[in-house]
Formats: sequence, C-alpha cells, structure tokens
Amino acid sequence: MTAQDTTIYFDHASTTPCDQRVVDAMLPYFTSIYGNSSSRNHAYGWEAENGVDTARSQVADLLGAQPKEIIFTSGATESNNIAIKGAARMYAKAPAGSESRGHIITAVHEHKAVIDPCRRLEREGFDVTFLEPGADGIITAQMVKDALRDDTILVSIMWANNELGTINEIPCIGKICKEHGAVFHTDATQWVGKLPTDVEADNIDLLSLSAHKMYGPKGVGALYVRRRRPRVRLQAIQDGGGHERGFRSGTLNVSSIVGLGAACAVAKEEMEAEGKRLSALRDKLENELMSRLEVVEVNGHRDHRLPHMTNISFGFVEGESLMMGIKNIACSSGSACTSASLEPSYVLKALGVGDELAHSSLRLSLGRHTTEAEVDEAIEGIAAAVQHLRAMSPLFDLWKEGVDISKIEWQSH
Amino acid sequence: MAYSEKVVEHFQKPLNVGSFGSSSDVKDRSDIGVGIVGAPECGDVMQLHIKVDEAGKIEDAKFKCFGCGSAIASSSLATEWIKGRTVDEALAIKNTEIVEELALPPVKIHCSVLAEDSIRTAINDWKKKNGHDVEDDHHHH
Repeated sequence: MTAQDTTIYFDHASTTPCDQRVVDAMLPYFTSIYGNSSSRNHAYGWEAENGVDTARSQVADLLGAQPKEIIFTSGATESNNIAIKGAARMYAKAPAGSESRGHIITAVHEHKAVIDPCRRLEREGFDVTFLEPGADGIITAQMVKDALRDDTILVSIMWANNELGTINEIPCIGKICKEHGAVFHTDATQWVGKLPTDVEADNIDLLSLSAHKMYGPKGVGALYVRRRRPRVRLQAIQDGGGHERGFRSGTLNVSSIVGLGAACAVAKEEMEAEGKRLSALRDKLENELMSRLEVVEVNGHRDHRLPHMTNISFGFVEGESLMMGIKNIACSSGSACTSASLEPSYVLKALGVGDELAHSSLRLSLGRHTTEAEVDEAIEGIAAAVQHLRAMSPLFDLWKEGVDISKIEWQSH
Repeated sequence: MAYSEKVVEHFQKPLNVGSFGSSSDVKDRSDIGVGIVGAPECGDVMQLHIKVDEAGKIEDAKFKCFGCGSAIASSSLATEWIKGRTVDEALAIKNTEIVEELALPPVKIHCSVLAEDSIRTAINDWKKKNGHDVEDDHHHH
C-alpha cells in the first residue's frame, strides 16, 4: 500500500504525478531510442534528436516562442541560475572583481532559487533591490518602475508565487523593462501549464519552467532565451561540450525532455478546462471552510491568483498540528515547525501576515486528478481538525474572552 | 517527519485538556497555580492550571496548548505526571524525561523545555499566592 491509497494529494504546487500520456511518450526512449542526441552520424542519434526536436517545438508552442529559443535544463532552479547569473555577468557594467557592476531588481518573496543567485551576485559586486509586495502579495509594474535606475541591467520577478498562487503584473513589468532596456526574467514554474503564456505579448526575455509542476517528470525543465528583438545573451555557468547553444553543456536527458514536451502538449490542450474545473473546486473548499469556522483568512489576492490553489490561515491553530490532524490530506504549511529553519514562511511575513497567522497557514493545491469527493472529504477533515485543536487552544479561549492577543506580553523563548 | 506512537496517542486523545476557569477567574484563586509560557509568534503557547491542596499536593492539572503535535503531547504528558505529586516532586521533573518518554527528535526538544517551564511557572504562581519562597532554578537547556 502506498500513500496514494490512503492520502488525498492536495500538494500539486510541490509536485505533480506524471500524466500517463507523458510516461507513455517517454518509455521508448529508455530501451529502444536510447541514442545520444548529439551523435550526428548514426540513426540512433538521429532518432533521439528527433524526439528532442519534437519536445522543443512542444515547449515553444506552449510559450508562444520559437523552438530555437528553448534550452533544456535539469529544472527551474538551474534555469533560474543560468538566467540570472548568466545575464548579470554578461551585461555587467564593470569587470569581475570591481564594485558597481550593475543593478538588479527582484522581490523578497521570490523562490529561494531566485533569491540566492541574486544574493551571490550581490557578493560579486552587483546591487540588488528586493521589492516588497503589498498586503495582497502582488508586485506591480509601478513598484518595478519606481525601483529602476540608470544602471538596472536585470529584473527578475516570478509570474505566480509558489506559496500564495498570486499573480504579479507580468506583461506590464515586461513592458517597462523593455522600455528601459533591462533584461526581464520571470520564474514561471507555477504559472506555465496553468494559464496561457505568450512571450511576445508578455514582453519576456527569459523564462524558467519545470516539468514536474505540470505532470511531467522530475529533474527536467527549460529556459526560454529570447533570440530576436533583442537577442538576449548569457554567460554560461557550466563549461563542456557546448550543448544547447552553449548555454548548457551536458548530454541531453532525452527521455525526460520528451516527457516535458508531452506534458506541455497536454497542458496546451487541457489547461483552460482544467483551470475552470479546479477553480470551482478551490472556491468550494475555501467558501465551505470560511462559512463553517470563525477567523479563517485567505492569504494573498483573492482574484489575481492561480486557479488551483489557496493559502489559508486558521487562527489559534498551529499549522503542523493541523497537518497532523488531517494526516489523510497531503499539503504544505507556512508554519515554522514544518520548515528546516524553524522560521515561519518568509513569503507570508512579506505580506505583513502576523507571525501567529503564518504559523496557522495551510497551502492546499489541487490538480488534474482531484475529485469533488476529495474536496468534500477535505472540508470535513479540516473543519474537524481545526475544531479539535481550538478546543485545546489557549489562544482561542483568550479570543473568545475578548482579549487582544497581540497586547499580551508573551514570554518568548 | 514521522511521529512516535506516544506523540500520536497524546495528540489524538490528549489527557487533561481544559482549565479551572477563565484567566480572570483563576487570577486570584490561591488554590490554583497558572503557568502560561511561549508566544504565538514562536508557534507555541502552553497554558497549565494546577489545583494544589494545603499540603502542597497537586490534586488536579489541566492544560491548553497552541503548538505542534509534540508540544501538545509534551503538555498532555506533563499534566499526567504532576497529578498526585507534591509541588516539590513536580519541580524535579526534567525536560529530558519528557524527551525520552515521547521519543522526541532533537528539533522538538524545545517542546519539552516549554512543558517543564509551564510546570515551574504554575507552581511558582501558586507559591507566590500562598506566601511561599519561590526558587528560581533554571535547570534545563
């Protein structure tokens, strides 16, 4: 028996199962079409290359890009690293070892795979501005505009936030960057395959995506690199055989790349209907919980967000204990206890959500195989667990007595 | 993380959940000691109420806890252990004993520390209300 037999999976923002159609497309590439796609002089190589070419077109098709603009990587973390470090070092205003090498704009609630490359660039002589979102979690075009400087070379703003699902003002941010002459990168890991992308209309120069967030295999992703108007150049991180236009050396992971392509093709066909179905289920989940329980808050903008997920806080209940109380539902929490750092979610903190509500948050993300029966079961389970925990919560008692918890002098450890 | 069986047991069926009245009810009752430790922004708050007889024996104990499963289990266990003990015997309970009994992993040791603190804070509250000397011995960490 596996977790699948006992546990509802509401953690699709962490990863998704591989679609059976994706697996079917991949399988021949393990045992029959196993050539190295770089082998130019025999049929094994040509077959493998055909598979990669098809996948490249499928990815490009989903993004409104040209196949030549797609670079295959090991996932969005690698794509982000190549894009951010590669662009900064290529467009640097001063050579390595000097200061004032250029200005970069990103945001405090980006994924660590964007924040940490930016932090490294800071140590390499670049200036980085970390924008703070509004209480709704959104980075607006105006915020980016206000932060632009003459020496701004790169802006990296994620399309949709991984903890909240909130959507930043991407086409407008891209437009502002274009007018300013700064390279615009977006980490679109959570976005691609959920809502439509058009790198031309959306003014994107560099875009990171990952297969396993969209029903493809783990360990493969792509980076879109604009080739025309303007041609974006990057300094490669990894040296070697010059694969992928020299941006990413290393033998191509053909079977996984084929899987990524297949996942993109399925997403293109199905995402519109899937998004409608999942947003209706997500809304039911939220509305039912909010009508049954007091002091429930949705974190982040209620409208400008991905259709399949919610980040929701249940006051006076700690997130890890809540997850323990709903152990038949797999999800994530912003609670400190669920993180290695023992700090509550830095994303929720960035929104100005109080620490105690950050400790009380769940991220529930639905997916392709989610059923209404599962949503109904989750509503019952979560409501019961919150009530069980509130019955033993001293904070709930204080709230009922009308005591303002924030005014108490707590004995912190 | 997988929890020990004992943590799961206490979490699902916590012992002695409750209180001997609201914070204002118990504030001036000399037979009740109150200990509230931790902070909401740290993700755990434990509240312990003890009912102590004139001879200094803990007749009953009730807890409430905002915190992770290990924090709930630690406070549930603490109430069970102090019931029937004298205050001095209860003060001798070490957080390490709680860690051992519940098989808490290193990242959850602070839950046991919090439980030990709640016992001491509740007993000190009772002692102050009854004119006894309060020892301030921090024997954990």
